[in-house]
Amino acid sequence: MRSESQRLELRRRRGGMAGAAVLITLSLLAVAFFRLQILSGNQYALQSEENRLRAISLPAPRGTIYDRNGRVVAENVPGYVVSILPGPRDTVAATLERLADRLELSLERREDLLGRNRARPNESLVVHDDASFEQVAFIEARRPRFRRVVVEAQPQRRYPNGPPVAHIIGYVSEINERELALPRYEGYEAGRTIGKDGLEAQYEALLAGDRGVRYVEVNALGSIVREFDVGSGQPAIPGNDLQLGLDLDLQVYADSIFPEGMRGGVVALDPHTGEVVLAYSHPTFDPNRFIGGIPGDLWNALRDDPDKPMLNRVSTAAYPPGSTWKLVMSAIGMKRGHLAIDTYLQHTCRGGLSYGNRFFRCWNSAGHGGLDLSGAIKNSCNVYFYQTGQRIGLDPMLEDVQALGFGQRTGIDLPFEIAGIFPPSREWFNEQYGRRGWTESVVWNLSIGQGENQQSLLGMAQFYAALATGQSPIRPHFARDENLAGRRVDWRLDLSEARRYELVDALARVVNEPGGTAYSQRLDRWTLAGKTGTAQNPHGAPHSWFVGFAPAYDPRVVVAAVVEQGHPDGQPSLAVPLASRVVDRFLESIAAPIEERPGARPVVPPPADVVVSSPSVGSP
Amino acid sequence: MSWLRRVPGLGDPPLLGLMILMTGLGIAMIYSAGQVEVRSIATGIWVRQSAWFLVAAVAFIVMSRLPLRFLEWLAPWLYGLSLGLLVLVLFIGTGPQGSWLELGPGRLQPAEVAKLGTILMLARLLSGREQEFRGLSQLVKPVAIVLVPFALVLLQPDLGSAIIFGVILIAALFWVGVPLIKIFLLISPAFSLLLGFNWIVWGIWFLIVAAFLYVHRPFILESVSVILANFAAGALTLRLWNSLAEYQQDRLLVFMNPEVDPQGSGWHLIQSKVAIGSGGLFGQGFASGPQKRLAFLPEQHTDFIFSVVGEELGFLGVLFFLVLFALLLWRILRIATDSSDDFGSTITFCLFGVLFAHLVVNLGMTVGLLPITGLPLPLISYGGSFLLLLYAGFGTIQRVASEP
Repeated sequence: MRSESQRLELRRRRGGMAGAAVLITLSLLAVAFFRLQILSGNQYALQSEENRLRAISLPAPRGTIYDRNGRVVAENVPGYVVSILPGPRDTVAATLERLADRLELSLERREDLLGRNRARPNESLVVHDDASFEQVAFIEARRPRFRRVVVEAQPQRRYPNGPPVAHIIGYVSEINERELALPRYEGYEAGRTIGKDGLEAQYEALLAGDRGVRYVEVNALGSIVREFDVGSGQPAIPGNDLQLGLDLDLQVYADSIFPEGMRGGVVALDPHTGEVVLAYSHPTFDPNRFIGGIPGDLWNALRDDPDKPMLNRVSTAAYPPGSTWKLVMSAIGMKRGHLAIDTYLQHTCRGGLSYGNRFFRCWNSAGHGGLDLSGAIKNSCNVYFYQTGQRIGLDPMLEDVQALGFGQRTGIDLPFEIAGIFPPSREWFNEQYGRRGWTESVVWNLSIGQGENQQSLLGMAQFYAALATGQSPIRPHFARDENLAGRRVDWRLDLSEARRYELVDALARVVNEPGGTAYSQRLDRWTLAGKTGTAQNPHGAPHSWFVGFAPAYDPRVVVAAVVEQGHPDGQPSLAVPLASRVVDRFLESIAAPIEERPGARPVVPPPADVVVSSPSVGSP
Repeated sequence: MSWLRRVPGLGDPPLLGLMILMTGLGIAMIYSAGQVEVRSIATGIWVRQSAWFLVAAVAFIVMSRLPLRFLEWLAPWLYGLSLGLLVLVLFIGTGPQGSWLELGPGRLQPAEVAKLGTILMLARLLSGREQEFRGLSQLVKPVAIVLVPFALVLLQPDLGSAIIFGVILIAALFWVGVPLIKIFLLISPAFSLLLGFNWIVWGIWFLIVAAFLYVHRPFILESVSVILANFAAGALTLRLWNSLAEYQQDRLLVFMNPEVDPQGSGWHLIQSKVAIGSGGLFGQGFASGPQKRLAFLPEQHTDFIFSVVGEELGFLGVLFFLVLFALLLWRILRIATDSSDDFGSTITFCLFGVLFAHLVVNLGMTVGLLPITGLPLPLISYGGSFLLLLYAGFGTIQRVASEP
């Protein structure tokens, strides 16, 4: 039995225990709150900021690209990028579903995007980088359904004259995973647009500019609530403009006159600056269609097209140079003292020449008869140059051709340039055909620009620039840049000016004298000097070449043109009118002084050598 | 203030003042919880809480007018009624866990009514006991009284309320003088249940219980039943775990390691800690906590209301609230101690226990010390039924204080 006092005593004790429990527990809680709010307060405050702040990167407009006359080659037009803010995977996927119809996102594309989201869950996911105004309007009108979707005005690339410049300008597109890993794209984030080819890729660093950033406050659902403290962001820094030496008008002109249905290219350089004024490849495509993601079917169609429209035939293709090569042989022969401009060689042309038991043909089966060097150039006589090669000999020829820079790239400011092909040495033949698998007769073929000899338009243009100016040519380049304009090659023709002028005379005869191989395409205001070429090839009709410069004695432009299979039997050569019209147009546009008597050397000859002596060589 | 003493049934005016002050603060915090930038059910809900406050005030007045003897008579009826409601809610319950009964204009959580009914029933059974407690067998009846509603709410399943029923039982037994060792042995199977996940830990616990039994040498039958109960509980753990609803399992798992799933179940805990932590000393200012405003805080008007307090009023605000709670508990404890009426005193202490348990479980959850069990913070969190229970309880306490 408990007494009243016992009971009160019990209550007091238990009450005390309960009170103590309350005090201890509340103190413990206070300590817990103290640790959270005071000791780790800063850390949690930071986390709270991170929670609610999202960085949205602001695209920088790419620099504009101008041609030599200030015309726009590549510009920016208003466009929109649609992206989804980072968030839970399911939400991103659901948002993609809802956007799919309107933004034309295939299932494949959506899966690709989700994969990217998995790889980079904390970055905004770029869904479409060139959305139309209608697509953006659709999203904006349904804002509550698309709270996680960000629409950013991003300047879009546009090429006002796309197809004529497609191969040199390249195109821009979204950076891919492989490129993201490259050191040159360090600091780039997924979804960013980069130059993929051509000048856009070459001058990416200059054109790109720096992205800016702005901060927005988001709620727990990832929806944007408001702009955060405007001062804390960073505006985008626009890319630098790029000034080209290119003549956009000439590009368009070349595109318009290029022989229909044919393949080929034409390039023109300013020999005094090295600037490329024209670089056109045909057939071409519209780089504007590559912006904002290349449609798969378009890509496949371009890739599988037998005409290879994406191939840049100016700098990434090589052709047997044919007779245009004869000037290389002439220069080497003169330099080595085997030839003078008036040298007749032992065999006259009777439509060909025998070597052992083989008969090497001249293109003119009727035969050219007796010719000196100048006449052989004018008539493009093979027989003469077979003998020239023979005189020079294989080893000196290989050595001198290498010394003239063939076999190296010109160093033009375009990605993927290829070097010409010319055997570097005797060993090359041994490796290729075995020690007994070839004879010295290769000299003959090489001499007329056939055989193991393939050159790019650019390489040939560079050599003719040396002929035109008598100096080490400046490496060709598109950008107007003092450094680039000072980059000369490390070789020169090694001919006296008098000798060089004799060759120029011969080239002028080719175009301006009746009977010359390009006489039909002479200009009536300027002296065009140059050499035709008809290159045999295993694919069908011969390739048609023309390489030259004008005005012959005051060169403003060097031109090289090739039309693949552009010289079928009995037909006119297609490259010659192409080159000739381009030159005429260009000289007109720069208002080159009109010559009174085109085709004739000016009355006051430019500096000639004091001693003019032809080496005595045997006449027939 | 002396006129207040003359109001019939009002025994402790300071407690009344505290109660109203804290309810007012609660409504203010609920108002703040509704100040968010996305559409939320919490917006404008402070009006509903104010309405509930008026209803609760009526219950308070009614309860403070009811003589204790009448309550003692009423206890079995109320208990029976609440068990009926608990069964009913299993069939026609609404709400996310099926724990609400639709009642015309409002909803009622029968679990809250049952808590009051159980307290009264227990107090009636245990008060006026003339004998000292000798064996556990004497506890069969009180345990049974609690076990029925405990099982019924667990079926809903409402883990939080089930815990409160456990608390009510322990509080009642503690207050009527059951020796602590007996209480320990009584609840030891619950620990076995918790520790049964790991056989080694459970084995150690089992040895501790056995050692207690050896030292205190209770009756053989008691010892055997304690051992068996512990054994059974330990063995049942995994089966019981598997029978838990997935969200309940998640809550327990996430408590162990909130980083397991920061976007999913761990979200609540992490966001709550971030909100409180970012409050610092002075807080982000009333109604302007960014975590809450931008809806990072879950359940910000009910279970996590104190995260809003922490974020917006800072550590100083938190301390202020803790002091208010300490005062409230102290007043109630004093009434329980001073009352000469066993029945009234036991009721009061049980309500003290309920308040204290809610406070500890809720705040412990908010700061990440305890698992998320979904118990509201008394007087502060939104919730009509709970406010009604509290006010009815406070009415009774006032009555106890006025019948010395």
